[in-house]
Amino acid sequence: MFQVRIHGRGGQGVVTAAEMLSVAAFLEGRSAQAFPSFGSERMGAPVMAFCRIDTREIRLREPIADPDALIVQDPTLLYQASVFEGLSPEGFLLVNSGRDPESLGIGEVLARLPAGHMVAVPATELALEHVGRPLPNAVLLGAFCALTGAVGLESLAKAIRDRFPGDVGERNVGAARAAFELVASKGSGMEGAARHVQTA
Amino acid sequence: MFRQLEGSQAIAETVAMCRPEVICAYPITPQTHIVEGLATLVKNGTLSPCEYINVESEFAAMSVAIGASAAGARAYTATASQGILFMAEAVYNASGLGLPIVMTVGNRAIGAPINIWNDHTDSMSMRDAGWIQLYAETNQEAADLHILAFRLAEEISLPVMVCVDGFILTHAFERVDMPTQEQIDSYLPPYAPRQLLDVDEPVTIGAMVGPEAYTEVRYLAHHRQMDALELIPRLSAEFRETFGRDSGGLLHTYRTEDAETVVVSLGSVNGTIKDVIDEFRDEGVRIGAISICSFRPFPMESLRVALAGVRRVVTVEKSLAIGLGGNVAPEVREALAGMGISVATIIAGLGGRAITRSSLRGVFRDAVEERLPPLTFLDLDLDLVHRQLERERADRRSGPAAESMLKDLGAVASRVG
Amino acid sequence: MEAATNGQTVGPARVRFYQTGTFTVGNRLLDVSVQSVQSDPRRNNSLNSGHRACQGCGEALGARYALDAAMRATKNRIVVANATGCLEVFSTPYPESSWRVPWLHSLFGNAPAVATGIAAALKVKGKDDVRVVAQGGDGGTVDIGFGCLSGMFERNDDVLYICYDNEAYMNTGVQRSSATPAGAKTNTTPGVGEEPGNVFGQGKSVPLIAMAHGIPYVATASVADLRDLEYKVQKAMGLHGARYIHVHVPCPLGWGSAPSDTIRVARLAIESGLFPVFEAEWGEVTGRRRIRDLVPAQAYLEAQGRFRHLFGKHPDTRRIAWIQDIANRNIRRFGLLDEGVQS
Ligand SMILES: Cc1ncc(C[n+]2csc(CCOP(=O)(O)OP(=O)(O)O)c2C)c(N)n1
Ligand code: SF4
Ligand SMILES: [Mg+2]
Repeated sequence: MFQVRIHGRGGQGVVTAAEMLSVAAFLEGRSAQAFPSFGSERMGAPVMAFCRIDTREIRLREPIADPDALIVQDPTLLYQASVFEGLSPEGFLLVNSGRDPESLGIGEVLARLPAGHMVAVPATELALEHVGRPLPNAVLLGAFCALTGAVGLESLAKAIRDRFPGDVGERNVGAARAAFELVASKGSGMEGAARHVQTA
Repeated sequence: MFRQLEGSQAIAETVAMCRPEVICAYPITPQTHIVEGLATLVKNGTLSPCEYINVESEFAAMSVAIGASAAGARAYTATASQGILFMAEAVYNASGLGLPIVMTVGNRAIGAPINIWNDHTDSMSMRDAGWIQLYAETNQEAADLHILAFRLAEEISLPVMVCVDGFILTHAFERVDMPTQEQIDSYLPPYAPRQLLDVDEPVTIGAMVGPEAYTEVRYLAHHRQMDALELIPRLSAEFRETFGRDSGGLLHTYRTEDAETVVVSLGSVNGTIKDVIDEFRDEGVRIGAISICSFRPFPMESLRVALAGVRRVVTVEKSLAIGLGGNVAPEVREALAGMGISVATIIAGLGGRAITRSSLRGVFRDAVEERLPPLTFLDLDLDLVHRQLERERADRRSGPAAESMLKDLGAVASRVG
Repeated sequence: MEAATNGQTVGPARVRFYQTGTFTVGNRLLDVSVQSVQSDPRRNNSLNSGHRACQGCGEALGARYALDAAMRATKNRIVVANATGCLEVFSTPYPESSWRVPWLHSLFGNAPAVATGIAAALKVKGKDDVRVVAQGGDGGTVDIGFGCLSGMFERNDDVLYICYDNEAYMNTGVQRSSATPAGAKTNTTPGVGEEPGNVFGQGKSVPLIAMAHGIPYVATASVADLRDLEYKVQKAMGLHGARYIHVHVPCPLGWGSAPSDTIRVARLAIESGLFPVFEAEWGEVTGRRRIRDLVPAQAYLEAQGRFRHLFGKHPDTRRIAWIQDIANRNIRRFGLLDEGVQS
């Protein structure tokens, strides 16, 4: 089982991201379960969403306390200690930021992760460029595909189009592709992730 | 066809294919996505003919459903938590009148303190209201139970409540094998009311009944529910023939053959329980699980059969009968009377507290090793309670308890689980 | 605080700031007697900063002004009963309560009755100087709490009830209430099908229904004129018996308007005639706010995503005209363009 926890703020499409990720995994014939952190939060408040992916039926209903991957949609959340809680030592970390990972002030966390398992992507900027709105969720999922290999980019593209029909979907797919390329060009831990999913 | 979708959407689309003719909608989290989904299906013409009524309260929601059902329309509504309490008088009335209304309950805690998260306190508060109560374990079952519910309700002229864990199911995206309109049409015939407000054959519905017959009228409702104990398995078997999968029934057993310990629960928590059962089984521990689908009528006989030979039962319950303990355990005890099986209660998941594998492992271990007390509160922070009790001892005017306890905890908004 | 200029006035003393063409919300340079409550550095901050409302929330703004005005009018002696809704949820997750008044939330549909109980207790305890304010959203007021509200009016209980009308059930994620205007899209009146959005009826004016109870004071107000809101709350607190103020509060999330446009949208509602601002005593209209620069209803509608389906390539001229008719009717009924009415 591969478990993903997404942190962001209300209005950033955190729950939608988890849902699209689950659809992408479903399209690849796997079981997937996505669910929100169940708050009554308004725009701007910290929120979480979860996604589990497995080759077997998923019966577990507890929130994800030991994720294999973390997506942080808003870098201001990096300084909440609980964000990194339970992240697997072999895990992946994806942060929405245009800055160099070393300069994010999370050196301790980086030191714990294997090389190539952390990536920062300027997702908001990419979204503005491609979609015209500062919604980083689909963009980050593109980067997530490249970083972890947990789902393929084409399934993700389908899931995005499924959710946002028409032009908005196409633009989001374009943004996700751009993020994918960006991460792929940096070289990432894709291989490890693919193994992880299969042995789950 | 398999689809990956939100539980609420799966329920909405399935309910729509059951062709309800009157839908009463009132928002309350976590049920709202269901009636919102139905609003779209009615407005875009997918579900037609259907009157979609935005009522002004839950009391009106159930009351509109009562009128619609008595006038011959298939009626549906959904609610949760405070909403089911607000409609309580009409909930009892619908069953008393014998009207086959189907209602989804997106299970949620009850306030005060106000809490939007999942537990079973809301539907449990109506367990004796005369409605049939079915609890869904997965979103597949949640969708399927609605088809079964309409068929069952109309066949025995009693309303049916389909209880679906709020958020955990209603807001979860997972794979659901969606039924087709043809399948549902072949399983669910058009509504043929037993009683009808009809100008050609006028009847009086809802007359006053005095001591001379009140007991008999109530007994009749009980009798119908006892009939449902036979009907539910039959309709579930028919369901399997039509749709090709198991959904509903009185209860589900999991690895209970040769089990010494059996965990009994309602709803989605059985998924997590099964994962833990597998771990114990791998260690050679003889443990299994039962999830009760039909809580009303309560499947006494089926439980007795399923638990014959078992040494101990542990109930995992998402509601608290304050001043007693569990809601489920006393009924299980009654079912097992004289069989020499001990029954312990675990109160868990109140107001959305996560029920984790690690916590369940601990209590199941205690149960297997005969260390589990009759009543356990899973992951209870006793220290927090004691601090409040201390405050109350020290100061007559200690203030609002819930607020003080939260103050003790500090900000928890970002905690996982 | 009565205006000195005009017998028919509904507002506080008005000071024209011709350089901007607007009414200012009070100013510390003015005489103390005409300063707004919010301009007073010693104001109570009854709904304190740090709550969790969305950016541009009209309800948070309205509640802050209304309660501070009530606090000033009573020398800080009020108790508040609050219905379930956004206002309650965004202000209370403990230990971060934003309330600096004694405040009780009970249920969604019972705030007027809870307030009656508070008033009764205060009376029986001889605490004559403590006053009661109840408040809720439109859903809590015009729908589920309506029975309790009417009972409270009819008994003429000593309560000021304030309804913050954002025209839908926002806390649960934007569903229709009976205050939702014709044509507006909500999640239970989706913008699909042949007649997208909310049904076209005659609406439900709780201010007029309140007036039909013959209670001492009924008023409407808007966050587009916060000085007027303060004035009305202060006036209401000077009276006893059942009083009702209905405040129009845009919700950027539910209305699909920009958070920075909250005041502008509220003002367009007034200036188009779609939200008449008036006050009434003992069931008779005694004052109204005159429209200063009449705008077509369309200007108001176009500023909001919830009416978007009425426009686009093929504007729904029939239904836009219907909405314009509603505005025209308000203008006639309340004399919103009449000369001699204070503006
Ligand atoms: C009996 C009952 N039914 C439903 C709810 C769910 N509920 C809580 S707040 C709310 C909507 C509030 O709408 P409104 O009064 O207009 O206030 P707003 O959030 O828009 O400010 C609803 C439906 C409830 N708490 N109690
Ligand atoms: S949803 Fe609307 S009413 Fe609620 S806090 Fe946000 S802006 Fe305010
Ligand atoms: Mg509202």
